[in-house]
Amino acid sequence: MTGVEIAGVGLHPFGRFDGVSVTDMGVTAVKAALAEAAIPRGGFQAAFCGTAYAGVAAGHKVLGALALTGMPIVNVEAGCASGGAALQLAMGAIQAGQYESVLVFGMEKMPKGIIRSTFFEPWREQAGLAVTPAYFALRAQRLMRESGITKNQLADVVVKNRKHGVHNPDAMFRKEVTAQEVLDSRLVCDPLHLFMLCSPNEGAAAVVLRRAPADGTARVTLASAVLRSHLPGSVLGEATPLSGIDDSSIPPPTTLAANAAFEEAGVGPDDLDIVECQDTDAARELLAWEELGLCASGDQARVLADGDATFGGRRPVNVSGGLLSKGEPLGASALGQVVELVRQLRGEAGVRQVAGARVGLAHTVGRGANACVTIIKA
Amino acid sequence: MHTPVHEGLFTLDPPALLGALCGECGHHSFPRLAHCPYCGCENVDPVTLSDHGTLWGWTEVTTAPPGYEGVVPFGFGVVELPEGLRIVTRLTSPTATYEYGLAMRLQIVDLGDGVVTWEFTPETGRGV
Repeated sequence: MTGVEIAGVGLHPFGRFDGVSVTDMGVTAVKAALAEAAIPRGGFQAAFCGTAYAGVAAGHKVLGALALTGMPIVNVEAGCASGGAALQLAMGAIQAGQYESVLVFGMEKMPKGIIRSTFFEPWREQAGLAVTPAYFALRAQRLMRESGITKNQLADVVVKNRKHGVHNPDAMFRKEVTAQEVLDSRLVCDPLHLFMLCSPNEGAAAVVLRRAPADGTARVTLASAVLRSHLPGSVLGEATPLSGIDDSSIPPPTTLAANAAFEEAGVGPDDLDIVECQDTDAARELLAWEELGLCASGDQARVLADGDATFGGRRPVNVSGGLLSKGEPLGASALGQVVELVRQLRGEAGVRQVAGARVGLAHTVGRGANACVTIIKA
Repeated sequence: MHTPVHEGLFTLDPPALLGALCGECGHHSFPRLAHCPYCGCENVDPVTLSDHGTLWGWTEVTTAPPGYEGVVPFGFGVVELPEGLRIVTRLTSPTATYEYGLAMRLQIVDLGDGVVTWEFTPETGRGV
């Protein structure tokens, strides 16, 4: 199989940027990635752009602003996993020999507050059955019931990620919080308090992929980029149906994606040095741990207490600060994780550098359902 | 005059959810669709679902979400019917005393201006 090199990455910080358009943010990220990859004008043969809210031909606007059009530009929507979907398409195209170099980018400028989605029919909003954080809350409650997780431990996840975020200049929130501050923040939907939920926001990320040189000189390679949708059944899954059945034997989309990604990359959970995973809310991160196979169901409390997932621990999770620190610009979310992993694997992550990181995994899951799992190797 | 928030989901008198039973895979489903959401076949029979079940998940929505003009706070959760079907539903607020497995019954609730939808509420003499 053709190897795929990650030749360059670029980011527009995640946060709130009044007066900066979503196109401007995309331009910033794309320029940075192309410069890093030293790709000349005309040096990539296709572009895939992930976005959920930027509207028609959003990717064309970005590349149009840079006079870089002419090649196919494909705009991809896959909810929170839009960037991962774009990455999978680009990787597959290079592996198939269709292109030599491909630009992948994603950007978003989200409205403030609860995310509104055209996924829901108007009647469902009218009836109060389209409330995203309420779904998150039910999932958190179920995790607490079935895995023995406490509200204090949900707060500990926030404390961990916010502590990490202090060292990420591209994050929205760069101030540590205490567990008490998390528990004292406004109750949004019990058991979730405001600080346990990530903020929808703005930002962009870009990645340049190219066929890896035959001489093995690629510094960082994309070992797998896998997108999966849901199987029917889970009433609380990201597909947000109106009903469901016993889902104890139905693998969630994250597990489907992870299993395929591990197999394609030829590694397993124990080989990972660093993980960036979906922490749209504190419970979602803990659920992701078991869905990705990082720990057994019910083992999250021990992992948290041992500090295994904290910077300096055995396998740190969300050293970037996660979405709880960075905020979540949907289309940029998955690629932002890839940018973090590439910087870590190159040894360029500064004070948050995970020593000796060689294999990293990135995970996002959201509306659709869509889950993507990406594995990167140095 | 009561107008259902959406046609084909429930009846008003008696309050009942309109579901389906698959003749191939045997799963109940809601809402009623042309194809079974579990196996995709068209061999689905319309059924009236049980008007009671047990509480499987609950929370309270405290801020009006986009597109919603009814009262807040309101309860939101999942009730498991005897058929094994887990229904996403509004719940009678407040939910502070709710517990897993609480016996719940279906009723119709007014969202304002005569527009109605379904919700579950604790069986008489229990909870709230």
